[in-house]
Amino acid sequence: MKLMPCPLNGPRNISEFICRGEVTPMPDTECSDKEWSEYVFMENNTAGEVCEWWFHVPTAYWFIVRRNSVSEEIIETYTVADFFSKHVKEAGS
Amino acid sequence: MPLALLKYGLSKTYDGPAYFARQPELKKNYDVIVIGAGGHGAAIAYYLAKNWGINKVALIEKGYLGGGNTARNTTIIRSNYLTPEGTKFYSESMNLFKELDRELDINLMYSERGHLTLAHTDAAIRTSRWRAEVNKHMGVDSELVYPEEIAKICPQLNLSDDVRYPILGALYHPPGATARHDAVAWGYARGACNLGVELHQKTAVTDVIVEDGKVQGVQTDKGPVYAGKVVQAVAGSSSLVAQMAGISLPIITTPLQACVSEPVKPILDTIIVSGSLHVYISQSSRGELVMGGSTDPYPAYTSRSTLDFKEGLMAHMLELFPFLGEVRLMRQWAGMSDITPDFAPVMGLTPVENYYIDAGWGTWGFKATPVSGKRMAECVANNTQPSLIEPFKLSRFDDFSLVGEKGAASVGH
Repeated sequence: MKLMPCPLNGPRNISEFICRGEVTPMPDTECSDKEWSEYVFMENNTAGEVCEWWFHVPTAYWFIVRRNSVSEEIIETYTVADFFSKHVKEAGS
Repeated sequence: MPLALLKYGLSKTYDGPAYFARQPELKKNYDVIVIGAGGHGAAIAYYLAKNWGINKVALIEKGYLGGGNTARNTTIIRSNYLTPEGTKFYSESMNLFKELDRELDINLMYSERGHLTLAHTDAAIRTSRWRAEVNKHMGVDSELVYPEEIAKICPQLNLSDDVRYPILGALYHPPGATARHDAVAWGYARGACNLGVELHQKTAVTDVIVEDGKVQGVQTDKGPVYAGKVVQAVAGSSSLVAQMAGISLPIITTPLQACVSEPVKPILDTIIVSGSLHVYISQSSRGELVMGGSTDPYPAYTSRSTLDFKEGLMAHMLELFPFLGEVRLMRQWAGMSDITPDFAPVMGLTPVENYYIDAGWGTWGFKATPVSGKRMAECVANNTQPSLIEPFKLSRFDDFSLVGEKGAASVGH
């Protein structure tokens, strides 16, 4: 059993979670069809460190996970508010 | 004992025919470079030489021939897909498979078993009916059957109501088959080499050389190699190789695990799949029960094993076949599946001129080996997208015209 440290529920079995994919900036809704299709369908599919949206199914709770997609190490988890107010700002995006 | 065997047993040298002729050193120039010597790459090289007379081809492989997902799939061949595009495509593949051992002069152990996709819910019955009608319309032998008929086709199945998910019906595909996957890669590679193609194993492509939107060749760990055309036919690393050429793909790489039991006497002829229970099982000609499930619940570039997978698989498997409780697992492994949003492959032309892609083979790649080789070779030789693989072009995502194959691609996605 692999544990996911959920910011709301503490460490839980990873089978209780859904991975929804990498955190990527959403383009403006006025963007071209090409930009929109790239946002919807194309994937970085990063081999290495990656920030992703995860969802705890029993409590319907969204949060952010930073993990390594090669070694499968979970580096850190964040609440959505924390991630976007602190970490995204620091990265300057 | 044959005397020849005794002679080689006593002799220090073996002068029998080598399976592959010794391969020359990597040259600086080719007409076509194929990245990846799995079944698909080897088949592309073979059909380029055979159908189009292009034999100045380098088949470049980072590891060894057929050592990736060609060796990791569970060898099931079928054509009962959901969309007309998919059904037509896999149907051609199956027809090529049937003639392949004669064409390549190798025993593929192609074995028609009959294939049952079990339905445990009303929704699954509806999808089965839908698939059966599409299949029949496209000339594929496929029908929705109910428990009475299932009991005749596969009497080993537990058809009792006294289980968590009773079997309500099944999609029956009599030509469903298995084949020896390694032999497919070896046969194609040997066939290609006999026609002049060069196979370069243990040669990693580290970059793709693109100038003014046109491919010029590849960088390898043995130096640069130039070619007019480059084809990418890898699995598990499709996104990483495409990035070298500056191409984004709609692919997520997720592990897919499988396992085999200890060998037992022949007990199961039919191939059994259950989408709702996320399991499939067939018996190999060695007697091992080959079992697999759905892809892992989250993406990762790894081929490790998890206990979650085996627990989930076995719990459901024992409902279908209670007698397997006595059988031990012998071996397990995983492959890295390139999953696309519509569960159909990405094939053909790319935004980079003279760079062609054969990717996104998720959990449906082995059965498509011959047709992919044939049609990708046609695509490379003529620099146009053949009509059979037109629906699978990369630009379908820009046009929002996807090929929704989720209902038939595999189990439990």
